[in-house]
Parts: sequence; structure tokens; C-alpha cells
Amino acid sequence: MFDLDRWQEIYHVLKKNKLRTFLTAFGVFWGIFMLVIMLGSGNGLERGVTQNFGDMATNSVFIWTQQTSVPYKGFPRGRNYFFTNEDVIAIRHSIPEIKYLAPRIQAGGFMQTNNVIRGLKSGVFNIMGDYPAFNKIDPLNITTGRFINDLDIKEKRKVTVIGTRVVDILFNKDENPMNKYIQIQGVYFKVIGVFISKRTGEQANQENQNIYLPFTTLQQTYNYGNAVGFFSITSKDDIPVSVVEEKAIRVLKKRHSIAPSDESAVGHFNLKKEFDQMQGLFFGIRFLVWIVGTGTLLAGVIGVSNIMLVVVKERTKEIGIQRALGATPWNVISQIITESVVLTTFAGYFGLVVGVGLLELINFLLGSSGANTEMFVHPGIDFSVAITALSILVVCGVIAGLIPARRAVSIKPIDALRYE
Amino acid sequence: MIKINQIHKSYLTGQNSLHVLKGIDLNIEAGEMISIMGASGSGKSTLLNILGILDNYDSGAYFLDGIKIEKLTERKAAQLRNKMLGFVFQSFNLVSFKNAMENVALPLYYQNVPRKKRNLIAMEYLDRMGLKDWAHHLPNELSGGQKQRVAIARALIGKPKVILADEPTGALDSTTSLEVMDLLQEINANGITVIIVTHEHDIAKRTGKTIRITDGNITEIIVN
Repeated sequence: MFDLDRWQEIYHVLKKNKLRTFLTAFGVFWGIFMLVIMLGSGNGLERGVTQNFGDMATNSVFIWTQQTSVPYKGFPRGRNYFFTNEDVIAIRHSIPEIKYLAPRIQAGGFMQTNNVIRGLKSGVFNIMGDYPAFNKIDPLNITTGRFINDLDIKEKRKVTVIGTRVVDILFNKDENPMNKYIQIQGVYFKVIGVFISKRTGEQANQENQNIYLPFTTLQQTYNYGNAVGFFSITSKDDIPVSVVEEKAIRVLKKRHSIAPSDESAVGHFNLKKEFDQMQGLFFGIRFLVWIVGTGTLLAGVIGVSNIMLVVVKERTKEIGIQRALGATPWNVISQIITESVVLTTFAGYFGLVVGVGLLELINFLLGSSGANTEMFVHPGIDFSVAITALSILVVCGVIAGLIPARRAVSIKPIDALRYE
Repeated sequence: MIKINQIHKSYLTGQNSLHVLKGIDLNIEAGEMISIMGASGSGKSTLLNILGILDNYDSGAYFLDGIKIEKLTERKAAQLRNKMLGFVFQSFNLVSFKNAMENVALPLYYQNVPRKKRNLIAMEYLDRMGLKDWAHHLPNELSGGQKQRVAIARALIGKPKVILADEPTGALDSTTSLEVMDLLQEINANGITVIIVTHEHDIAKRTGKTIRITDGNITEIIVN
């Protein structure tokens, strides 16, 4: 197997017609190259999109109020209503499948004039009133300090957690924002934490401009009474979030005298559903990539098989001589298959290396150019995929060599010797 | 050494069947040197191919050194060719990308003899042929006589019982032809059976026995 003569023969055969060898190898090279590039890009797209979800729990549902659309119990259609603190208690008590329940209320910020001031600096930011549980559903990366805790809620403390963008605007460069005070819509709050978004691109920029206050503090400070803006709910790990979603909507409809048939009164968004759809999409992309990729690869391998047939025909006489001198059919077959495997493996390995290299280059360029790569993050392929592709190549090489090899030994030695 | 009884062989060419060998009987003892003569198409090459297990026969029996050669697998046939027979061809049939030494060593490659060892043995045989200095030359750098001597060394390296030579001097000038015949006679003197197919009377005369084949039958056996 490792006799030098075997490799000498392979070298001779491949060298004899360099252009032909190159073109054949290129077929395989291109197949594996395309497969790597497409798989890597697919992965990049997938990573980009999933990173947009941040670390958000995918088994979450969001529920908010809208106008009613069906008259019910004497109420007309087109009625506005608000969720209340009592709804929070009712939902928590009647739905044991809930893991986290985070009511939220928002105090302006959208497209308004400056609402946050510190000394001579000011800015427009989104003001959110949140429970500690929110950081479990859609986690933030707290860089210094802490998030809102239960005591803040209970004592209605005037404390705040702010995003990095808020820090940049309201504080001097080397200033530490911790334990400093900022004026939010006329009331002073103490900074107890700074966070940075786990998302990418524009969504991250948005989130980094957020200011979080304890839910109860915001409600009282800005006179929201017991109103609740919307609910974020996460189901327990073994329970589909759609179960919680349905139950919560039923409870809320009952509590606010909304017709059970009213589809639009309670707005809701099931992240799990979105996520599943996305997963389906990516599965489709991956499936397509493998079909196209292996198709291209197959074309390359068929090219190898074809060329090996030509080589075998050209070398008929030589093979005849070898057989006259005592080469067994297995000697001949294994020689030809080794040739085919060497050709496919080398070409394929080269394609793999160039493909991965190109992906890394794209990675590097994306990183260094600082482009907005919201939809395309860290393209690349798993090591295991690379190994799989290489093993496929070796198997393909064997198959590609098999037909020509059988052809070579199917000729009688004497006919092979006489062949001109 | 070689015993054949009533060998028949015909080739199918399209619809027609060409009866090439029509019942050949032949006995060749170990250590004999035999020449086979005949017009082209007489069947002499076919007979040599059957003797060399390169081709099969239709009916009859062939014993090589007591082994019945019949319906062998290709693998078994290859092994028998490797161990028992040595071939010398008119067109030398050296492998173009192997140098003289590697060509000589080829039969040992198929016996899985390690490269170093088989090349060492090949050098010995080349030395005997007076070609030691040419060991690392490729076939296309050698003259016809040198090529044939390399081919003879290659035929000998497997220590065969029988050398089969198909027009070994057909492509050589008269001087080198004589040299090659000297070599073959020397080999025969060492006890190896030599069978030469030729159409040259000078060559045939230098063998112990000449068998003349006409139209697929042995018509004459001349003891020289």
C-alpha cells in the first residue's frame, strides 16, 4: 500500500496530462468550495438573525391592549381599556404554567423632545418601568452595577439602570455614572447599573438608549395609577408557550368584559411561533445548500470518474504488461482507486481550505470595516461539517475509481497487451 | 514441463468463428529450448499466449509443471505467471515511466518484496546483463538491444521455470539479435526451459527443436 512505486505511478499518470488533471481536479475543487461557501454563508445569516433575538427566551409571549372590535355586555365596539396591577395578580394565580411574568409600563420617549437631563446635557430616551423578571425574559448585559431588584419594586426606590448610549450622552468621557443622579421627566433618579445590549446592529442601538426604572416607582411617579402597559410571559420549560398565551388572553378578556370571540382586543405576539418559522426557513436554506452543494460535488466526481476511464483506456497496454508480469486484478483495481481517491481528496481538501480561507477573509473584512452586519454575523462552518465533507470526498473518490478499475480488469490480459 | 493435449481454440469475429488451433499436442521437457515457426496467422502466437496463461483455450488439456491450467481465476493466473513464467516481447514492453532497475524489479513488486530488497536484486540481474551503468535510465534512453536485455532481466528476476519469447529479435538488428540469442542460450544452459516464437530460420536453428505450425496444426518437428 505504501510502496513508493504505487505513488510514482500515480504521480506519472497525473503529471502526464497536466491540463486535464487540473480541469478534473477543478471540478471537485469547485464542488467542495461552493458547498463550504454556501454552508458558511447560511450559517452567517442564521447567526445574524438569531443574534437579533439577543438572549431572549424563545418560549415567550407578549400581550398588550388594543381597541375592542365586538360589542359585549352593553359595551360598544371600539372601546379602549388598560391592563391593571390586579390583572398581574390574577394571571399569576390562575396560570401555574408561567415561569416568568413581567408587566411593563413605558413613560414616553418616542419621538419627543428631550426628556432626560443632567446638568447641561440632555437627550431623548425610552423610559421603561420593569420588574426584575424582565431581565430573565430578554436579558441585558449588565456591565456595571445591577438590574432592578425586588426591594426596588417593593420600596418604590428612585433608582435607574441605563444603557451605554445614555451614558455617552449624559456623562463626560471618563466619568463614572454609578451613584450619580439624572433627571428623568422632572424627577431625579440614582444610577445603579449600566448595560449593553446583547443584540446587533440597529436593534442594539435602540436598546442601548433605554432607561429602566422599577415598575412601581414609574407607575407612582408619573401618575399612571395602576395601569400596566403590556405583559411579557415565559412558560415553564416543559410547557408550550401557546398554552400560557391562550390562558392569559382568556383571563384578561374575562376581567375586562371583552367578547370571547373578539380577536383583536388583546394584542399578542408569540415569539416561539416566529422563532419556529425562522428555524423552518433556515432548515430549508440548509437543505437547499446541501442539495446544490452535493450536486455540484457529484458533477465533479463524475468528471473524475470519466477521466479515470480515459486514463484506463490510454494505459490499457501498460496494464496488460503489468498483468503479464503477475499483477493480480486487485493490484490493478487498488492502483486505479488510489489514483482516483488521491485526485479527489487533494482537490477537495484544497477547495475546503480555500473556501474556509475566503470565509475567514470575509469575517475579517466585516470586522475591520465596522459595517452594519445585522443580518450576517461570523460566517463559517463547523469542524465536523468539514470532516464530513472530506469523508464524503474519499468515498466519492473510491466510487469514481471503481467503474474504471473494473473496466481495466475486465479486458483479458492478452487483449490488453495487443492494444495499441 | 509443458504438456498439452488436443488444444483447440477459435475466435469469434462477428458472426464468424475462426478456428485458430485445431488440436495441438505438444510435450516440452524441462530444460529444453524450443522454437515455434509458422506463417503469420498460423496460430503460433495464440499457442504461445495459451502457454503463457494470457489467453484461455476452448478444449483439450494443458499441464504446466504438473499443474492443470483450466478455468483459473485471474488472481491465480496472475500468480502463476508471476512465479512460473517469464515473458520477452518483440516490442520489449517496458513501463515507460520506470527506470531500467524498477522495470526489472516489477515482478517482485507484485510478490510484495520490499522496495529496497527488490531493487538490490534487480541491480544484480542488470549487472549480469552488463547494464549496471544504465540502471537509472528510462527506457526511452536505451537502445533496442539494451531494452531487450532489460526485458530479459525482468523475465528472469522471478526465477521462472519457463521463458516465453515472442519474436524477441524481431525489432533488433542482426548483431544485437545474436547477442540476445546468446543470452537466451545461456539462460537455457542454466536449466530454464525456453520457448521462442520466430519466423527467422537463423534464430530457429540455434534452438534444440523447431516446431512448425501450419493452419493450426503441428506439421513438422525438426531437431536441430
